[in-house]
Amino acid sequence: MSALEVRDLAVSRGGVPLLEGLSFRVAPGDALILTGHNGIGKTSLLRTLAGLQPPQAGRVAPGPDRIAFGAHSDGMKATLSVAENLEFWAGLHGLRGGIEGVLEEFDLAPLRDRAAQHLSAGQRRRLGLARMGLTGRPVWLLDEPTVSLDAASVGRFARAVERHLAGGGMAVLATHVDLGLAAPRLDLSTFRAAPEVARGDVFAEGAVE
Amino acid sequence: MSFSTSFWSLANPARFMSLTARAVPILSVLAGVCLVGGLVWGFFFTPDDYRQGSTVKIIYLHVPAALMAINGWLMMLVASLIWLVRRHHVSALAARAAAPVGVTMTLIALITGAVWGQPMWGTFWAWDPRLTSFLILFLFYLGYMALWAAIDDPDTAADLTSVLCLVGSVFAILSRYAVNFWNQGLHQGASLSLDREKNVADVFYHPLLLSMAGFILLFLALVLAGTRTEIRARRLHALRLRERMA
Amino acid sequence: MTRIFLRDLRLGVRAGGGFGLGLAFFLIVVVLVPFGIGPETARLGPVAPGILWIGALLACLLSLDRVFALDREDGALDLLATAPVPLEGVALAKAAAHWITTGLPLCLAAPALAVLLALPWPGHLWLAVSLLAGTPALSLIGAFGAALTVGLRRGGLLLSLLVLPLYVPTLIFGADVARRGAEGLSPLVPLALLGAVSLGCLAILPFATSAALRVNLR
Repeated sequence: MSALEVRDLAVSRGGVPLLEGLSFRVAPGDALILTGHNGIGKTSLLRTLAGLQPPQAGRVAPGPDRIAFGAHSDGMKATLSVAENLEFWAGLHGLRGGIEGVLEEFDLAPLRDRAAQHLSAGQRRRLGLARMGLTGRPVWLLDEPTVSLDAASVGRFARAVERHLAGGGMAVLATHVDLGLAAPRLDLSTFRAAPEVARGDVFAEGAVE
Repeated sequence: MSFSTSFWSLANPARFMSLTARAVPILSVLAGVCLVGGLVWGFFFTPDDYRQGSTVKIIYLHVPAALMAINGWLMMLVASLIWLVRRHHVSALAARAAAPVGVTMTLIALITGAVWGQPMWGTFWAWDPRLTSFLILFLFYLGYMALWAAIDDPDTAADLTSVLCLVGSVFAILSRYAVNFWNQGLHQGASLSLDREKNVADVFYHPLLLSMAGFILLFLALVLAGTRTEIRARRLHALRLRERMA
Repeated sequence: MTRIFLRDLRLGVRAGGGFGLGLAFFLIVVVLVPFGIGPETARLGPVAPGILWIGALLACLLSLDRVFALDREDGALDLLATAPVPLEGVALAKAAAHWITTGLPLCLAAPALAVLLALPWPGHLWLAVSLLAGTPALSLIGAFGAALTVGLRRGGLLLSLLVLPLYVPTLIFGADVARRGAEGLSPLVPLALLGAVSLGCLAILPFATSAALRVNLR
C-alpha cells in the first residue's frame, strides 16, 4: 500500500487561488489533521485530492480511485434503511461478501433496518464512515467529521478512524475538534496563495488599456 | 503577419482591447454609411412592386435582420467551440456578447415579418415554417442568455452555456426540419412562403445587398463593443476578488 | 449503473419520492381542458392528441428538477462522481429511472385519459405508442437540462426555459403520430422520425449531461 503524496499542489475555488505550494506525505497507518480558519480552502483541498476538481498545479498520488471522499453531507438517502444505503454503495464499488462485516465494525448491526432519517447525528456519522469502509480504498478524506457530535460519539468516531489506520489505511481530516488522534497537524494558513489573487486570471493583469 | 496568427492573437485580452479600440469606430462608421445608404436607396429610390406596392420595401430591414439572426447563433456556436477546445476567455465573452445582438436581430425579423404579413396575408402571424423557426430560435436565444445570467462563476457559466449552445444547435436544426414536416402535415403543401428573394429584381437587389452589408458591419461593431464591455466587467470582477482577498 | 437505476426507482416510490405526482398533474390538465374549450366531442376530438402530448410533456417537466438536485443536496452526487462508474452511466441511469417513474406511467394512463377528450378510437393505440417512443427523449433532454442547472438554488424556472425549446421536435413528431392515428392515416413516417429523435438523444445526451455535471461539481 503506497503513501499519499502531495507535491506543490495549488488549489482554487471558483477561479480564485486559495492555496499554493502545498506538499505533504501521509504514510500507511498515519493520519493528518488539516487546520486553518474558515474559508482557507480545507474543503476545496479535499475535493481536489478526491479528484472532484482539477488542481491548478502540482500532483497528487495515488489517483482518485484509491481515495474515499467523506464530505459533511454523506449522500445517505433519508428514506432508505441503513442496510439499503450501504448495499447500494457496496454494489457500486464492486464489493463482494456483503455488508455484514462493516455493520459489525461500525456498531450499526442493531440499526440495519432503521431508515437513515431516524438515526441520531452520531449514528449517522458512523454510517458515513461505514460507507467509506465499504469502498475498500486506503485513503480517507474527512471534512469536519465531528460537527454536532457529543463527546461520547466523538470518541467512538475516533476509534473507528484508528481501526482504519491500524489496518494500514490513511486519513486526512479537516477539523477544529480535538479527536484525541495521535496525528500531526498541518496549518494551511502558511500555504495561503499570495495576495496577487486571480493570478491565473488573464483579466487580472493589465488586460484592459 | 498571416491571418491565422493575427486571429489567434485576439485571444489575448490586451491585444483584443487595443485592436478593437480602433476597429469598433471604423466598423460603426462603415455600418452607418451602408445602412443609411442602403435604406434610403431602398425606401425612396426604388419603384413600388407591381403586386405588393410599397410594403415590399420592408425587405431592406427584414431580410438582413433574419440573416444576422442566424449568423449570430452560428457565431456563438463557433466561439463556444473555441472556448471548449482552446480555453480562450475572449472567445467565451464574444459568444456572450453576440447573444443580445442576435436576439434583437431575431426580434426585428419577427416584428418586420408581422408588419409585412398584415397587408400581404391579412394576418400578423401565420404558422409558416420559416416564421415558426425564427420564433423557436428566439426561445433558444432567451434560454442561452438566461443561463449566462444565472451563474455567478464566469468560467462555469462559459462552460455550461457552451455545452448548451452545442446541444441547442443540434436541436435548432432538428426543429427546423420538424417544423417543415409539421406544417406540410397541416396545410398540404406550402401556401405561405417568404421565399421571395430568389425572384427579386435587380432594382431591389442592389440596395438590399448594401443594407445587408450594413447589418453585417453593425453586427460586428455591436459584438466587438459588447465583448469589450464583457472584458471590462471580467477585469472588474478580478479586481474585486483581489480586493477581497488582500 | 443498474444499481443507480434501481436505487432511484426505490427512492421514487418511497414516501416523499414524488411518484404519481406527475400522473396526477396530467389528469388535472386533461380534466381542465374541456372547461377551457367546451364540452362538445366534435371540438375536443381533433385537439385531443395535441393536448394529451402537451399534458404529458408538462408532467415530465414537473419532476425534472429532482433528477440531480436531491443527490447534489445530500452529497451523493459527489460520491457518485468519485465512485468507479462513468459519469455518463450515472446520467443515463438517472434519465432511465426518471422515465420509468414519470414517462412510463404517463404512457399507460394516456389512452384512458384520451377517452375523456373523445379521441377517436385507433388514436388511443397510437397515442400510447407515440408516448412510448417519445417520452424517453423527454427524460434524456430533461436530465441534460437538470444537469445544467444543478448548481443553482432556484433552477426550476430556468430549467423549464432551457428544456422546453429542446422539446419542440419530439412534440411535433409525437403529436403527429397520435393525430394521424386518430384520423386513420398511416402514422409510420412521424413514428420513425420520433424513434430517431429518441435514439439520437440516447446516443448523444448522456455525454453532454455528464460534461455539464462535471463542470457543476468543480
